[in-house]
Amino acid sequence: MTEPLPAIPPRRRGGRGAVAARFAAHRGAVAGLLVLAAIVALTLFGPLLHRIDPQYLDYLDRNQGMSWKHPLGTDNLGRDLLAQVLSGGRVSLAVGTSAMLLGLALGTLVGVLAGFVRWLDGPLMRLVDLFLALPLLPLLLVVIMLFRDSLRAAFGPETGIFLLIVFVIGVTSWMQTARIVRGEVLALREQEYVLAARAIGTRPRRIVTRHILPNVLSPIVVSAALGVANAILLESALSFLGLGFPSDFPTWGRLLFDGVNFMSLHPTRVIWPGLAISLTVLSVNYIGDGLRDAMDPRGDLPPIAGGARRNRRGRLGVLLATRRNGRRVLQGKGE
Amino acid sequence: MPDGAAPILEVRDLAAVYRTRDAVVHAVNGVSFTLGRGEVLGLVGESGAGKSAAMLALLGLLPARSASVVGGQVLFDGDDLLRATPERLRRLRGSEFGYVFQDPATSLNPVLSIGHQLAEPLRVHRGLSRRAARAGAAELLALVGIPDPKRRLEQYPHQFSGGQRQRVMIAMALACKPRVLIADEPTTALDVTVQAQILELLRDLRRQLGMAVIWITHDLGVIAGIADRVIVMYAGRIVEQAPVRALFADPRHPYTRALLAALPRPDGPREARLRAIPGQPPRLETLTGDCPFRPRCARAFDRCAGPRPELRPVGPEHRAACHLVPDPAETAHA
Ligand SMILES: Nc1ncnc2c1ncn2[C@@H]1O[C@H](COP(=O)(O)OP(=O)(O)OP(=O)(O)O)[C@@H](O)[C@H]1O
Ligand code: SF4
Ligand SMILES: [Mg+2]
Repeated sequence: MTEPLPAIPPRRRGGRGAVAARFAAHRGAVAGLLVLAAIVALTLFGPLLHRIDPQYLDYLDRNQGMSWKHPLGTDNLGRDLLAQVLSGGRVSLAVGTSAMLLGLALGTLVGVLAGFVRWLDGPLMRLVDLFLALPLLPLLLVVIMLFRDSLRAAFGPETGIFLLIVFVIGVTSWMQTARIVRGEVLALREQEYVLAARAIGTRPRRIVTRHILPNVLSPIVVSAALGVANAILLESALSFLGLGFPSDFPTWGRLLFDGVNFMSLHPTRVIWPGLAISLTVLSVNYIGDGLRDAMDPRGDLPPIAGGARRNRRGRLGVLLATRRNGRRVLQGKGE
Repeated sequence: MPDGAAPILEVRDLAAVYRTRDAVVHAVNGVSFTLGRGEVLGLVGESGAGKSAAMLALLGLLPARSASVVGGQVLFDGDDLLRATPERLRRLRGSEFGYVFQDPATSLNPVLSIGHQLAEPLRVHRGLSRRAARAGAAELLALVGIPDPKRRLEQYPHQFSGGQRQRVMIAMALACKPRVLIADEPTTALDVTVQAQILELLRDLRRQLGMAVIWITHDLGVIAGIADRVIVMYAGRIVEQAPVRALFADPRHPYTRALLAALPRPDGPREARLRAIPGQPPRLETLTGDCPFRPRCARAFDRCAGPRPELRPVGPEHRAACHLVPDPAETAHA
């Protein structure tokens, strides 16, 4: 079970430099950062090197395996899979990140308000319950139906649908974060150091930003990692239902679902986009892990069992939970 | 007040409760006292007597979700702090009132540097710039006797020893030169030498700044060395209050006597402190109307089953709540 302990870094001075140094000492996090950077770089610059139009239909080269011309093969219409994965990555990553940020911001705001302002707690938590009880997919369907055309008209087909999807995903995925943050805030506000801060006359807002939020950071970071993954998967589900991006506008989820029907004959069609999603989620998780440890100044000391690191949840666990959530969302589609 | 000087703080009938899931804990039940300018008031009593609760209540620091002040007045500068706006209280805390918490291990935020936390009161109340507050923080660290303050400011609480953290807490409380310092067992977590150093430091500061101090402790030995007057609390009430000499020379409440009897002698074992009194303090959820000390009192007699005795004068500035002390109203009748 126990990994070998990393070499104990020498004590360092405080401040931002120290956070960066501790992050750099976390091998998994550095690896995650490298992988994620590679994925981002590939999606941004890959199309410049691999110059095949992802939408080009090459009927003669349908359902190809890996080759020099089509490194990842082609789909049933002869489109180049690598080109599709690369350009799909841009959209998926952009949707995932933006929706996660929106959900995180909403969730943190609601969680802090509920935890800190006593009279808001009840109403806000009922709101969370309400959102959790809403049947997600039918709701998304209705919202998208209602607003798609007007947004398209206002921002153009692609930006319009992008904004809409980010909005619906963000607005329906903040509840878990809100609950986690509220719980942490409630626990933190009973901490003696919060009392001590009140006793020296610190303003409530400053107590939140200086004493509560930094200490809530680790659960927020974990939720962020989950959030990106969930957003990518949710976007896939929507694309699958024809409510996401148009079909000539691939995303990882879209590719995955397009490939599902051909899975037994051409498994690579789901493997590549699936791998892209998994690698992204995994590296985000590792980065989150490293950030959490780096932001805890006690990280200078050799790791102690439990204590500061009690939050460390197996990365695999996070990933599996993500998958489970994703599957739940996807299964909603059949109903 | 005997010398006619107005007290800096006057507490009247302060009462506060904690609410738990299924009970109301009567932690503070009508506490009244005054604090003179520059005076050091010792507050003693067993664990759970309500010492911390009373002090938190008077500054509005009780946890809002689980506790509330249910009565009384706290007069400071002519207004009642219990009825002051949250904003006014906030301004007083840290500037006019310093508060040193019981547990130095948990009273500092682990993720903020010591310098940041020490600078906080200066920035909040003095409106100092980041740089000026930092310089002030370095001075404060030096004041409480921590060497190499500039370097230590950059460090985090876990890099300080327990005694040093306690000094940091004291420095934070003193940052704005408060007129009243409330120190909740500021030395219990420390070893004897550090305790002595901190006591010395506070004595100096009190001379220099002329601030009044409320010093909560279990340790009557410390009280003898530092306090002018002593309040003894039991089950959320004051059972005796007296000038320090009178209290040690002529304790009138059986509880105070038991406390003093439990004091270690110079030749005895050091560890025998308050715990030595047999029996348990009463449950604060279900207080009865008689003397709360009765179940443990070696000198209880028939009258003690009757209504609880109020504080009665027994000497100059010396009062005790016990039926053994003659009731002035009755003696006047007779
Ligand atoms: N958060 C709380 N919830 C419920 N009851 C509490 C809470 N905090 C304190 N109490 C109760 O209030 C009473 C007074 O507690 P207080 O902390 O004031 O005691 P104290 O005299 O400061 O003791 P100590 O010397 O151990 O610090 C105790 O009986 C305690 O059990
Ligand atoms: S009133 Fe009675 S029971 Fe209470 S302390 Fe005095 S003698 Fe003891
Ligand atoms: Mg206490």
